[in-house]
Amino acid sequence: MSARPGGWLAAAACILLSGPVAAEIPLAERRSGYEFMGRETRAMQDDDVVNPGMLWVLDGEALWNRKSGAAGRACADCHGDPRTSMTGVAARYPAFDAARGRPINLEQRINLCHTERQGTVALAFESRELLALTAYVARQSRGMPIAPVIDERAKPFLEAGRAAFFRRQGQLNLACNQCHDELWGKKLVGNTIPQAHPTGYPLYRLEWQGLGSLQRRLRNCFIGVRAEPYAYGAPEFVELELYLMWRARGMTLEAPAVRP
Amino acid sequence: MTTTRRQFLLLAGASIGAATTARAQLDPNLAAQRKAAFEAAVRKVVGDAPVRRGRVKLDLPPLIDNGNSVPLAVAVESPMTAADHVRAIHVFTEKNPQPNVVSVHLGPRAGRARLATRIRLADTGTVIAIAQMSDGSFWSDSAEVVVTLSACLEEGLI
Amino acid sequence: MVNAIVNVPAQAKRGEVIEIRTLARHVMETGFRRTQLGELIPRDILTSFVCTYNGTEIFRAELHPALAANPLLTFTTVATETGTIAFRWTGDKGFAVTETATITVT
Repeated sequence: MSARPGGWLAAAACILLSGPVAAEIPLAERRSGYEFMGRETRAMQDDDVVNPGMLWVLDGEALWNRKSGAAGRACADCHGDPRTSMTGVAARYPAFDAARGRPINLEQRINLCHTERQGTVALAFESRELLALTAYVARQSRGMPIAPVIDERAKPFLEAGRAAFFRRQGQLNLACNQCHDELWGKKLVGNTIPQAHPTGYPLYRLEWQGLGSLQRRLRNCFIGVRAEPYAYGAPEFVELELYLMWRARGMTLEAPAVRP
Repeated sequence: MTTTRRQFLLLAGASIGAATTARAQLDPNLAAQRKAAFEAAVRKVVGDAPVRRGRVKLDLPPLIDNGNSVPLAVAVESPMTAADHVRAIHVFTEKNPQPNVVSVHLGPRAGRARLATRIRLADTGTVIAIAQMSDGSFWSDSAEVVVTLSACLEEGLI
Repeated sequence: MVNAIVNVPAQAKRGEVIEIRTLARHVMETGFRRTQLGELIPRDILTSFVCTYNGTEIFRAELHPALAANPLLTFTTVATETGTIAFRWTGDKGFAVTETATITVT
């Protein structure tokens, strides 16, 4: 056995990675984290009356209609009824932002509206207001297929995200793909390893006992392999989010989901 | 390290006590303390009256996704009339730092003696639901739940 | 801010047993957790829940730290008359929240 027992695994993965879809889970085999949960947790997600995520969605509805900032505008003033204007939006984020020349995620998009259109300060990541608005917008895409747009401009960022997914990191020296592409369905400390598709964000995680964003979950993953996590909103995180959403393309959005 | 005769007897005693559920993960002293607190809490509600098994149905998943939120349902067979109804349902658990979970007070206006909620369980162990009837009798049901920890925690390994 | 979601059927027949589901927004801090620096996080929970039907108490619960955050409470009651079903949660630090729902009974 070599000094790095996982070394041969990484080498094999590199060889397979020559094509754009190498080592990827085929669409027919892609499964949402929903399918790895117990029956009762699934019931919690399926019923809006008992889904704790709905507390944030309802908050988001109130915030959507609240005028704020120097411009005295509410989201509703520009976007009207989100049930029509916001359908499909969460399903295609992170999206390339031409002004910034790079992809941004839904939270950043909402904050851009706050600063540039409403003339108010950006909301802090993981704050109740930002989570509420994100949950409310994401809820309007529930049931739709995940479909981030990858054009020539977005491609380099997608590749950066993919590279991050396959890169070993942290004291445990693990790459995301080792568990989530190759060992999904098997057990880790009594939990079943999911495929790690962000099908339900922002979601109510039982472990957090609250609603959280995909970046919060990614930070947990980094800490899990004992790596220094990026700060919220870091471009590296957005690139990884973009790759994860692309990797989950075609799967159904479940926001706000419930997960263990 | 050699074990003294006294240490051996203490260890043997503790292991016999914990033999019923081989999955016990708590320190045996802590588990014993919590079990005593659990029995005291039940006694506070029931007094000296006997608690019979039956008429109560406690529903808990045998293996849960996360101990922070375990769905629990209790149903008690009762006509729920003024003459014969469930006065209260008390839920306890033996491995939490504190044994009481929830106590609900019903009456004939409830129509049915039913409760559903979500509870926290610190460790694998027993949950018990005790129904207090209008005639002063107590009935119960219990369930064993296996609790696992999340693999990737936010603050890192504790 | 939304403090609770209550679900009561809008209509029912007299004598029908209806299911009431309530979901309160509360962190239910147990008082047993510690910060990374070892400091005990003080308890902050809901302690009591009372449901009244046109002013008469029909359900009461004593809550303890062992209930999950954002506690769900589902119970039943007999639909007796048209009116208001009121829900009141009280807890540590003077927490108090009331919600109401109306029901039409035919």
